[in-house]
Amino acid sequence: MADGSALSASLDLLAYSPPGWGANLLRGLGNTVLIALGAYGVGMFLGTLGAFGKLYGGPLMRDLLGLYTTMVRAIPELVLILILYFAVTDLVNQALLAMGYDRIQISGVAAGIMVLGVVQGAYATEVLRGAIQSVPAGQIEAARAMGMSPLLVARRITLPLMLPAAIPGMANLWMIVTKDTALLAVVGFNELVQESRQAAGTTKAFFTFFMAAGVLFLCMSLVSNQIFARIEAWANKGNKRGGI
Amino acid sequence: MFDDKIAKAQRPVAIKVEGLRKSFGSHEVLKGVSLTARTGDVVAIIGGSGSGKSTMLRCINFLETPSGGLIEIGGEAVAMNATGAPTDRRQLERLRQSLGMVFQSFNLWTHMTVLENLIEVPVHVLKTPRAQAIETARALLARVGLAEKENAYPAFMSGGQQQRAAIARALAIGPKAMLFDEPTSALDPELVGEVLAVIRALADEGRTMILVTHEMKFAREVADHVIYLHNGVIEEEGPPSAVFGAPQSARLKQFLSSVG
Repeated sequence: MADGSALSASLDLLAYSPPGWGANLLRGLGNTVLIALGAYGVGMFLGTLGAFGKLYGGPLMRDLLGLYTTMVRAIPELVLILILYFAVTDLVNQALLAMGYDRIQISGVAAGIMVLGVVQGAYATEVLRGAIQSVPAGQIEAARAMGMSPLLVARRITLPLMLPAAIPGMANLWMIVTKDTALLAVVGFNELVQESRQAAGTTKAFFTFFMAAGVLFLCMSLVSNQIFARIEAWANKGNKRGGI
Repeated sequence: MFDDKIAKAQRPVAIKVEGLRKSFGSHEVLKGVSLTARTGDVVAIIGGSGSGKSTMLRCINFLETPSGGLIEIGGEAVAMNATGAPTDRRQLERLRQSLGMVFQSFNLWTHMTVLENLIEVPVHVLKTPRAQAIETARALLARVGLAEKENAYPAFMSGGQQQRAAIARALAIGPKAMLFDEPTSALDPELVGEVLAVIRALADEGRTMILVTHEMKFAREVADHVIYLHNGVIEEEGPPSAVFGAPQSARLKQFLSSVG
């Protein structure tokens, strides 16, 4: 029975301080959470603007936003990451050189947040557009009738009222972005999966490290579920039966 | 009554509508209707469904964009272009703040408590200090018999309670005139009375109001002036005693007999 010794060997490999790789995995987890939070924030911002633009914007704005959501949602995230990370960085640098500036080195974190944020924004636009349309027209009318400006109506009435319809979809997007961070491994960014792969490659303990990565992803999603459940209950405080 | 009429002529005009037209596509809903409400007047608009009465009311605060005509609120004409669209958003918002609107389906904001509904516009639009807005709101809630409900969410209240809260919300902005769009039509019959009692009390204290209603008996009791709309034109108008007591046109006679 080698079980006992195999388990203790695995635990040694996962120990926090070297020769264990625990610190590396946690650093990877930290990067993953950082990028996911950043991209989710960017995505929500772009999505809110995109949703209002698609619903209330002029024909040109609607066409441009349609192009954005269609293209981003049609192209695989991996391809988008490669395009945006390499091609866009290159374009920016060529432009900078042409204008007489030095090349800039875009940090992995910033690039990851930007790339995944743009992807998230396209999906969030559609989620939020649907949610805004679920807001009863009468409540918006009541706000307009009492002299609220369009911006105030959006902020005080439409946005909070659409939350119950938006949260399930937005929770999905959060789950997706936490896992999409793994795609940044292709551009050499040290998020959780990349750290696990390096540890596994060095020690040949593939099962141990990829299992550990899986467990960390699972923990992240369990915590997120709790948080979203609370937000959902709060957003539904004015609704009967806790839903719309 | 004669003294009353002289006094009436001297009161300032609160709402004036002249030659109002409104089309939805090729369908003309209002074909040039006019109305004058002086301060303290209660004007009732009656008519069958599709007569344009709600549209006429909703054009006054531009919830519907008129297709033509003139609208004056407190002596100030709402700026609009040749097609009837408002051209000065800030002016329109300012004028809307002087009109308290009550809807058929209440339209309370469901994510806010009753008290939050009442202080929303005073605090965020009119910039009333929060404490003062809350004090005013509580007094209004007590007036409409909802003092106990200030922390309730609208979805957990009866239709009659919601409509009374909605009236209090409209009053909370300190309006110069009230617009009622069929305020009892969505209510169960046993809840109509409590809402009408609140509206009647407002009429008795001399509030200017325009009331679109199906409650003929109520219109007869509270209105100073009744307008009967049919197919987008004013078929007949006058004091309630004339419109209800001695209708002239065949259509109004038929309408009054059909609604009982």
